[in-house]
Amino acid sequence: MQSTILKTATHLMVGLMLVFAVYVLLRGHHEPGGGFCAALLAGTAFALFAITEGPDRVRRAIRVRPGTIAATGLALAALAGLPALVMNKPFLTGIWWHPGPFFVGTPLIFDLGVFLAVLGAILSLLLALEEN
Amino acid sequence: MESLLALVVGLMFGSALFLMLSGILVRFVFGFVLMGNAVNLLIFASGRLTHVNPPLIGFDQTIPGAPVANALPQALILTAIVIGFAMTIFLLVLLYRAYDQARTLDADQEPFLVEMPETSDQQVSEKKEQA
Amino acid sequence: MKTSLPSIEKVPDCCRGGVVSSILPLVLFGLLCLAWPRVVQGKVFLIQWSWVPSLDLTLAFRLDGLGLLFGLIITMTGFFISLYASSYMAGHQHLGRFFFYLHGFMIAMLGIVFSDNLLLLFVFWEATTILSFLLIGFDHHHKTARENARQALLVTGGGGLFLLLGILLLKIAGESMTISLWAASGDMIRDHALYPAVFICILIGAMTKSAQVPFHFWLPNAMTAPTPISAFLHAATMVKAGIYLLMRFHPLLGGTSLWMGTLVIIGGTTALWGAVQALGPCDLKRILAYTTLMALGILTLFLGGRTVLSLTAAATFLMVHALYKAALFLAVGSIDHQTGTRNLDHLGGLLQSMPLTALAVAAATMSMAGFPLFFGFIGKEIMYEGALAEDMFPVFATIATLVANSLMTAVAAIILITPFLGFGRRKMNPVKEAPWTMRLGPAVMGLLGILFGIVPEWVSEHLIQPAVFSFHPDREDIRLVFFHGMNLPLVLSILTLTLGSVIYRYRTFLRHRMNTAIDRLWITTPGLYQSGLDLFLKSAGAFTNKIQNGSLHFYLFIVVFTLVVAVAWPWLPHIPGILIFPTISGPLIAMGLFAFILASTGVVVFAKTRLCAIGGLGGVGAGVALTFMVFGAPDIALTQLLVETLTLIFMSLVLLRLPPMDAAQKRPRSRTIRDACLSLGAGLLLTTLMMGMLQVPLDRTLTAFFEANSYIAAHGRNIVNVILVDFRSLDTLGEICVVVLAAWAGVTLIRRTKEG
Repeated sequence: MQSTILKTATHLMVGLMLVFAVYVLLRGHHEPGGGFCAALLAGTAFALFAITEGPDRVRRAIRVRPGTIAATGLALAALAGLPALVMNKPFLTGIWWHPGPFFVGTPLIFDLGVFLAVLGAILSLLLALEEN
Repeated sequence: MESLLALVVGLMFGSALFLMLSGILVRFVFGFVLMGNAVNLLIFASGRLTHVNPPLIGFDQTIPGAPVANALPQALILTAIVIGFAMTIFLLVLLYRAYDQARTLDADQEPFLVEMPETSDQQVSEKKEQA
Repeated sequence: MKTSLPSIEKVPDCCRGGVVSSILPLVLFGLLCLAWPRVVQGKVFLIQWSWVPSLDLTLAFRLDGLGLLFGLIITMTGFFISLYASSYMAGHQHLGRFFFYLHGFMIAMLGIVFSDNLLLLFVFWEATTILSFLLIGFDHHHKTARENARQALLVTGGGGLFLLLGILLLKIAGESMTISLWAASGDMIRDHALYPAVFICILIGAMTKSAQVPFHFWLPNAMTAPTPISAFLHAATMVKAGIYLLMRFHPLLGGTSLWMGTLVIIGGTTALWGAVQALGPCDLKRILAYTTLMALGILTLFLGGRTVLSLTAAATFLMVHALYKAALFLAVGSIDHQTGTRNLDHLGGLLQSMPLTALAVAAATMSMAGFPLFFGFIGKEIMYEGALAEDMFPVFATIATLVANSLMTAVAAIILITPFLGFGRRKMNPVKEAPWTMRLGPAVMGLLGILFGIVPEWVSEHLIQPAVFSFHPDREDIRLVFFHGMNLPLVLSILTLTLGSVIYRYRTFLRHRMNTAIDRLWITTPGLYQSGLDLFLKSAGAFTNKIQNGSLHFYLFIVVFTLVVAVAWPWLPHIPGILIFPTISGPLIAMGLFAFILASTGVVVFAKTRLCAIGGLGGVGAGVALTFMVFGAPDIALTQLLVETLTLIFMSLVLLRLPPMDAAQKRPRSRTIRDACLSLGAGLLLTTLMMGMLQVPLDRTLTAFFEANSYIAAHGRNIVNVILVDFRSLDTLGEICVVVLAAWAGVTLIRRTKEG
């Protein structure tokens, strides 16, 4: 699309939206948000990017293939369930560490997996449709 | 309150069915999206709409202080929305592909109405034999 | 039909893949040999794991004398046949598939004979049916192969369903599913009212698998399979599964006059019918198939008895038959492979060119004809003893055995003399001897036929007796001996040989008479099968055309209509009780949102253009999102809004490439009204259902649990998110799999569109 305003705005917006997506992902455990929302948000950002700059730019920007992102997400989500097995608990039971004033646990990895899987799915469809 | 919502859901559902029955594939997709919304509302109402506080736990608490909205249907709906989204996109792609093949989006027209051959198996095997 | 594909020149002496793959049966054979001495002492090995406890289905395995006998036969022939096939099938493009099926079949067969649980046995039983379907239809580019495979599948698969029914009836009658727990309770089931039904169902299962009249016709047709398969499935193993079943059920169901009478009559008829028909064809493999029918008939006949004698006869003949029949099939395959034909009229004088194969065939046929010194002789003696000792119809049994054996002798002579000593009508091209891999099996099995004939006592003690004792309670010693002395069985044996040579002398005449007689039959089971199948396919086609006409409207209408009627029918009486007139109460903003949603819905329904409809959809989505927001669900409100945005982007991407909505034809008014009525009905039904649901007291147990544990156990303050990524994360994992799969499928579709 040939519109200078849109282009300029997009350059600003995409970065902001991606940062916001990461923020939504991270705060999801305590505040409204989480992997799904973040993935949709990031997907929207890339859609905007793809509409203004074309799918090739998006492909170059994300470097890896969208399918790989989705697969990584699924793998991460599944892997997040494994520590529980090692500790002789049911698959995907949350395991937590308490390194400082905050908690770190497998559900966070799981949420990251959800984020990547959904984002990968959206991106692959978006780019395939845009390129066609 | 909830009974009013029940009426809204019923009307949305009926409209969605009506759209899907039209035989125009684009309207079918619209109907599908509408139905998804109706069903999400239904699940939402099944957890009751009595409390308006979001199911969050305050920073100085370990359990919700005041009564909060039912979290369970919300979790169900969240996944339902995302799955419904994925299905909608898939339907759209299917629509795209169907148009590519059939050159029409009217499901009552020729390429969509197929007559099965009488003895399909035999004909298929004969065809293979010829090949 | 010629089934071996490779031409003779191209075949290497052995194919390494096949030779390697024959290690599997050899190893299994070795393992069984390790267990053998313990089993002979009477030890029964039991292993079990729980599988589906609620169905009484356990992975229970049992190795006793009977299983051992079958297991040894299966693994031994399996070994020789794998080795054989490595040369026979060399160069075939689907060699890997072939060995996969073949060994899969072998495992399934071992599963049948080692299963201790009846349902497990059934699972393996069906596995053999399916694998045999794949194997018979292995040359699937031939129409005949496909049709014969389907025939075998329908007949044996249908019988398998009866077997399942029988097993379930047995369970209803109060019998255990575990074979090891049967022991003493046979009388209970035999006096039970369900006994005849159980018996008939299990009998039909056994009859279809073991090709008993009137279900016999699939077996000769199955000969379109490559020869190693015919040798393995349709001579040595699969068709014996029915026999195994009868043996296994003998202590439980056997011994009644129903059992004895039915088995003797069916077995005798099958034996006679198979034997008579064996004279008919010129195709060596078909001849062998008919003699297999005969042998299966004889086995059934003896299982009809209840004395140790007749059961010993059955077990002995089982071994005799497995040895010579597999050897003969393989030898016939070698002839076919080396000369390119297995038609009796074209074969002759192969003794010079294939001396070693000739020797193996000689040994096997001698055993088949029952000459003294061969294992077949021992088998025949005990057969006559067994037949004379039948409880029901001993005269019929004896005559059937005598006639069948005589014909078998004649057939043995035909198989031995015509190809190797006779003179073919056509001058044969120079023929080479088959490679060693193809000679080893027939040779060893022929040799065993002689060896066992010389030391019958050893065989009896180590194989036959443990087998018979495991399905017959009376530990009465029946020893196979080399020479029984002058008695009636010996006289009958001599009579058999004499009759056999007479039949051989007049074979052409008999074949002619027999073929004309069969042609005159006005009703045959193959004919019934064919007309039944035609009728089924025709009516299925007509029915499919009626209901699967491709009209989306028709499908949806039927589905929704059925759903509405099926739900409304039981629900209607409750509606007056739950119907509440919607009152306008609660937050005012909610009322506004509902009105907005309904208005937007109306826009979608009545929109003439896509843009308008998409706008309406956006309105609905936003309204729903705000409703979520108002009633304390910021998470899903956020998600919903984001999804709306993305859906809009995708819709515009796709719909821009599609024709406008109004390009479609106008629908007739009557149809629109009908659709509207149905939709409205379904919608209002949903409303009443939802009202009913809302009046059921809410169970907050789960919610309370999540609220109580969200922070304490899962360290999260957003309960919805904690449910998603912690409490119910397995569901979420499944869900993201669905999302990724949908995307994958969508991308594939787009790519295909691009290519096309």
